[in-house]
Amino acid sequence: MLDSTMIELSRWQFASTAMYHFLFVPLTLGLSWILVIMESVYVMTGREIYRDMTKFWGKLFGINFALGVTTGLTMEFQFGTNWAYYSHYVGDVFGAPLAIEGLMAFFLESTFIGLFFLGWERLSKRQHLTVTFLTALGSNLSALWILVANGWMQNPVGAEFSYETMRMEMTNFMDVVLNPVAQVKFVHTVAAGYVTASMFVLGISAWYMLKGRDLAFAKRSFSVAVGFGLASILSVILLGDESGYEVGDVQKVKLAAIEAEWHTEEAPAAFTLYGRPSNEDEETHDAVKIPWLLGLIATRSLDQEVEGLKDLMHEHEVRIRSGMIAYEYLERLRGGEDTPANRAVFEEHKDDLGYGLLLKPYIDNPAEATEAQIQLAVKDSIPEVAPLFWSFRVMVGAGVWMLLLLVLGFYFNAKRVIQEKRWLLRLFLYSIPVPWIAAETGWFVAEFGRQPWAIGEVLPTSIAASSLTVNDLVISLTGFILFYTLLFMIEMFLMFKFARLGPSSLHTGRYHHERLANPSAGMTPATAPQKQSD
Amino acid sequence: MILDYEVLKFIWWVLVGVLFIGFAVTDGMDMGVGALLPFLGKNDSERRVIINTVGPHWDGNQVWLITAGGAIFAAWPLVYATAFSGFYFAMLLALFALFFRPVGFDYRSKIANPHWRNAWDWGLFIGGAVPALVFGIAFGNLLQGVPFHLDNLLRPYYTGSFFGLLNPFALLAGLVSLGMLVMHGAVWLQLRTAEPIAGRAKRMVKLAGLFTIIAFALAGLWLTLGIDGYRVSAMPALDATPNPLTKDVEIVPYAWLANYGAHPWTLLFPVLGFAGLGLAVLLSLRDRPGLGLVASSLGLTGIIVTAGAAMFPFIMPSSTNPDSSLIVWDAVSSHLTLTVMFWAAVIFVPLILMYTTWTYAKMWRRVTVEEIEAQDHLAY
Repeated sequence: MLDSTMIELSRWQFASTAMYHFLFVPLTLGLSWILVIMESVYVMTGREIYRDMTKFWGKLFGINFALGVTTGLTMEFQFGTNWAYYSHYVGDVFGAPLAIEGLMAFFLESTFIGLFFLGWERLSKRQHLTVTFLTALGSNLSALWILVANGWMQNPVGAEFSYETMRMEMTNFMDVVLNPVAQVKFVHTVAAGYVTASMFVLGISAWYMLKGRDLAFAKRSFSVAVGFGLASILSVILLGDESGYEVGDVQKVKLAAIEAEWHTEEAPAAFTLYGRPSNEDEETHDAVKIPWLLGLIATRSLDQEVEGLKDLMHEHEVRIRSGMIAYEYLERLRGGEDTPANRAVFEEHKDDLGYGLLLKPYIDNPAEATEAQIQLAVKDSIPEVAPLFWSFRVMVGAGVWMLLLLVLGFYFNAKRVIQEKRWLLRLFLYSIPVPWIAAETGWFVAEFGRQPWAIGEVLPTSIAASSLTVNDLVISLTGFILFYTLLFMIEMFLMFKFARLGPSSLHTGRYHHERLANPSAGMTPATAPQKQSD
Repeated sequence: MILDYEVLKFIWWVLVGVLFIGFAVTDGMDMGVGALLPFLGKNDSERRVIINTVGPHWDGNQVWLITAGGAIFAAWPLVYATAFSGFYFAMLLALFALFFRPVGFDYRSKIANPHWRNAWDWGLFIGGAVPALVFGIAFGNLLQGVPFHLDNLLRPYYTGSFFGLLNPFALLAGLVSLGMLVMHGAVWLQLRTAEPIAGRAKRMVKLAGLFTIIAFALAGLWLTLGIDGYRVSAMPALDATPNPLTKDVEIVPYAWLANYGAHPWTLLFPVLGFAGLGLAVLLSLRDRPGLGLVASSLGLTGIIVTAGAAMFPFIMPSSTNPDSSLIVWDAVSSHLTLTVMFWAAVIFVPLILMYTTWTYAKMWRRVTVEEIEAQDHLAY
């Protein structure tokens, strides 16, 4: 039996390093396309300001990208270091998309990113644009394969358990790739990344406009980002809804937990706007409900039910009992009694093996679990509801807020009066953190809502960890916290410094700070050696 | 086309080797450059020259390492699980050292403050030297067997300690790895920089090259005389469903030489190791670093394959419960997964080589102090 504190700490380490990594990913996903748009305009029109835009936002892109790569390394290592049994149990399926991600996407992105930064003088215009495009394509393809892997954790299709190898094995690669959960997640996630990048460019451009600096530069950047952002937020919301539909189909528990729906209601179910869910009482206190809405989102019908958590737990109990039989026969098969009769019984209960494994924290041999232990496992079979309920609402609220801003921004920008709407510009500036809040709460909903499973209904998180000690975890977690905090401070320092400098950091002599320092140089490109470097 | 399971198992041993060699030749070179940075660059401009020789490429090169990790996860899940969790702190040490590289390259020259830049230079040194050392140490431990066992549900348990990994033979293997990557990086710097850096790099090629040859020879001698190898005495058919608990393994003196005895042509691998390194030193001394780079790449390949071939079919022998050892035939993924991954590799590895070559060709030049000073804000 694994130490429960060690598992808790392993989960904290994974969750914190993964969510930290995802501070940097969405900006990369979206900003890379914004750079492609800006540079395409430059190549088509030859207007230098668009090259400067590409270079300047590219600089901020680079500061962010470096930490994305750094923290991505951790993810590559961590499945093996901290989730060894997981790695063994599902590596046959889960490892493949990760390896293909490396071969198809990460190589592409990483090979060309260096030329994006350092190749301006050595590539033709078109070659450089191609390089920028391939970087963007690579980073987005990366997301595709990572989400194929992640989608499989939520909805493990195209694979089957083998008692001989004691692991899940791939039975159909295309099923894994075309997993509906993965596809919906991919589009939702990358579109959220596009929104993040748009809000980032919009917020900083708004600040330049408020300061009255580099107006031509700021307005053009604003225009590019506001169109891109509006299109993206619309797809995030539409596809978020689509993902609600998919969740309703294959992850009933997650949906019921997000909605804090304890009892199955008559169709169409109501949407709980506010409430205080309690796992202890199996009840949501002070709930404020909107009739019909949940049923519409989750089933797209008026007559299908959304199952409540209590009913789901009853189903889980049945499956746990069946899983105990599966475990008993698994032990027999692996213990040398590989007879056709034993195999037949095992095959019949195999799909519930994961549920049997939910008993592992309480007893070494789940087949011998007591009634009380079964009830404990049933309690464990749903996630903690309150954090899910609230983070989901924060995510949706953030999305709606950004939609509102983007619609207004788009409208006033189209009417060419955005610069006069100082209140709106200020809102854009202060809303820079909002997409990150949405992205982080979104991931929290997706992953915390998957609990108690590492792989949905197949492998409980409680047995997926490596056989490490609490001490090991305390040391490594401390190391990550210290290192990551330091890196975060350095990154924010550089981000703020260069965002404040603005396009003047390009040392073309055409922008605000350099014109202030040397007003006569404003019209001609500066060629004098720069004292201050970037 | 569907390949035999047995053939695919062997092909994946080769492909993992190819990824390791790709890593050593490309990213290993950047690590060597990082390890040399504070010593071969005497002032800020010189250090920027050194950094910019690998500046456009280090990120792409690093993906060889990442893909090798991903390929082990996909092709040998139990190896990935057992090695990464068993070598827990060693892996984290390598990981934390690697953290310095992306930020070091990108952030270092963004601020002109000398303390800032100096700190990142040492960060890049750590990011180059420490992983090179750790990967060698890991290999050294594989060759001696690792204290782990599997339970009946195939959960791996590691029973050694972090400091147990730092035994003398493993440290020697670490030095071989560090030495060869430093030499490889030095050849690169000799090729891509001008005087006075190129001259310093040339001296370093000689130094590191001779050091590595001696260390490699010592390690070979030690392995032959002082370290028992492993031998599979009974196991199911090679194309059987993989189960690492169904074979018998014994610890036998000189067993790591068995493959070389059975197939004498494989002695070409250690010969290639020595010859490649020696030739690289000679070519460097004759101011032919371009050919020298080819020679040192072949040398690295020889050294890596020497270790791999000695152990074949073992990947991770267990010293405390030899029957739990992970080998090429029983620690692998399913037939379907190996097939899918095989085709992914067949399609993408040549593509990767093509566009990587294009980027090197586009950025090819000697990086000079004059160029860096003229393009102050464009370069790393």
